[in-house]
Amino acid sequence: METLLDVEDLWVKFPSRQGVFDAVRGVSFTLGRERLGIVGESGSGKSMTGRAILRLIRSPGIVEATQISLGGDDLMKKTEKEMRAVRGKRISMVMQDPKFSLNPVMTIGAQIIEAYRQHNKVSHADAYAKALEMLEAVSIRDAERVMRAYPHEMSGGMGQRIMIAMMLIPNPEILIADEPTSALDVSVQRQVLDIMDKLVKDRGMGLIFISHDLNLVADFCDRVLIMYAGRIVEICKADKLNEAKHPYTRGLLNSLPRLDAPRDHLEVLKRDPAWSEAPSVSGRV
Amino acid sequence: MAQASENGGARSRAPLPLWVTGTLKTVGSIAVTMLGLVFITFVIGRVMPIDPVLAIVGERASQSTYNAVYTQLGLDKPVVVQFGYYLWDVMHGDFGMSLLNARPVSEDIARVFPATLELATLGVFFGIFLGVPLGVVAAVRKGSWIDQVARVVALVGYSMPIFWLGLMGLLVFYGMLGWVGGPGRVGIFYEDIVPSVTGMILVDSILDRNWTVLKDAFSHIVLPASLLGYYSLAYISRMTRSFMLEQMSAEYITTARVKGMSEWDVVWKHAFRNIRVQLITVIALSYAGLLEGSVLTEIIFSWPGIGSYITTALLSADMNAVLGGTVVVGLVFILLNIFSDLLYKVFDPRAK
Repeated sequence: METLLDVEDLWVKFPSRQGVFDAVRGVSFTLGRERLGIVGESGSGKSMTGRAILRLIRSPGIVEATQISLGGDDLMKKTEKEMRAVRGKRISMVMQDPKFSLNPVMTIGAQIIEAYRQHNKVSHADAYAKALEMLEAVSIRDAERVMRAYPHEMSGGMGQRIMIAMMLIPNPEILIADEPTSALDVSVQRQVLDIMDKLVKDRGMGLIFISHDLNLVADFCDRVLIMYAGRIVEICKADKLNEAKHPYTRGLLNSLPRLDAPRDHLEVLKRDPAWSEAPSVSGRV
Repeated sequence: MAQASENGGARSRAPLPLWVTGTLKTVGSIAVTMLGLVFITFVIGRVMPIDPVLAIVGERASQSTYNAVYTQLGLDKPVVVQFGYYLWDVMHGDFGMSLLNARPVSEDIARVFPATLELATLGVFFGIFLGVPLGVVAAVRKGSWIDQVARVVALVGYSMPIFWLGLMGLLVFYGMLGWVGGPGRVGIFYEDIVPSVTGMILVDSILDRNWTVLKDAFSHIVLPASLLGYYSLAYISRMTRSFMLEQMSAEYITTARVKGMSEWDVVWKHAFRNIRVQLITVIALSYAGLLEGSVLTEIIFSWPGIGSYITTALLSADMNAVLGGTVVVGLVFILLNIFSDLLYKVFDPRAK
């Protein structure tokens, strides 16, 4: 499989008065034209990994890596200005809650057009037409009205589809979806995922799907990285997640209720301090 | 009139357009607030243990003179009736006679208020154009030397008394360096040259195309205006900084960065747009404070503004002048409030 992104030995550090806190500790993985899931609990470093790839960790946070190679280009060697040509254009990101990730005082149209014109020197009219087309691609009805509307007039599901349209309009190679459905009603989660899946597949993109929802990831992704305390503890094929061996993954799976096999007591995850000391498993192919 | 309203919209049930009801609501709220303000100031003026008759006729006047003036002022009528008369007069722009100089209060206010307006406007412009960028930069470069400098500048602005800063300013820039004009609105040779149209010398001299007077008036206003501006700069820059810090940590800022936008665009096109509403409140408050008249500044710079006018009137128990001044200041507050409410609706789609 063709490698789009190659992350090697990625660290994210936050210096504090008590010493340096390592949010991500030596994570390595590759991404092809596939759906790669990253699962883990809060604070496991999964979101930090996503943001570190885009070099969006703000000072005082520090990102270190042997390389973050995007089609042979090492992102670690790029200046901030060069990174701006990568963000949006080659790697994009959808965040958790459209209520907060869309600018409340700008029309939706203006925000989508801005995303497109940032990387394409086209007229406003062309960008407008392109934005309409993109909104229709994410199944927004009455796209002209939506273009004029403000984010607070949209429902969560619509907001997230708009966010996907906005992030895919410059035609990036990779999309990082950071808990894209966690803030949505269960009823629209599937719909948003299907739209995202279709667009990513049609365009031959790579998708990094960050989530805490094991079932969702197992269902939706091709490959899964399981993170714990800033490290990858296990990698498996999504359809083989039930055969996972690491005690952390097993513990997570056992703590999930299942409709097909009801139990009186759900297991509580017992943490072994050794897990967070063990070296990170490499997810490079 | 009555016929027109009977035949017109009064009976038909067609809903009025939104902007009509909106305007009616606004006008109504101004009217109610003003009525309350006039009533309160009137009552305070009447319960004050000051005899307005004595203030006019003097202590040696005969009882008959006293009685005549007493009747002339309408003091023999019930307070409610007196208030009715006062309200009627105020609505016609008549605040009564000043007990101190026997001139109509409205004329006095028409003279002193433009002086304050001129000074306050220039001051608040100074505060906005320096304070807002300073606050934004301090927030974006949080913890940097610029942030530290901004902090010190604001702290000095908050804590330095204006009588000291004003006197030092006069000593250095007028007395020693001679860069600016001294106290007063214009130099003595330039007084009463340009015809008074607006009462603001800067504007009047421009209307008259008298550039010499304009230059002189500017050299007189620049020091007190920058000092007042410095105080509003201190306030505006600190508030801007904290508003910006709040917005810069918002998730939509990350979205803008993910799009590949430059930090300049992220700050000004995204974050700044979201603080405009809060900033308007701060600026309006700051401006209203200045329009009330800064008594100390006006005294130090011999600036015949509304602050020193009201203070002088208060000290000499000239209640008509005090009431008139208070009503004007109150009106300014109300109008500024309404103006900032209107701007909210322009800048924040959620406020509609």
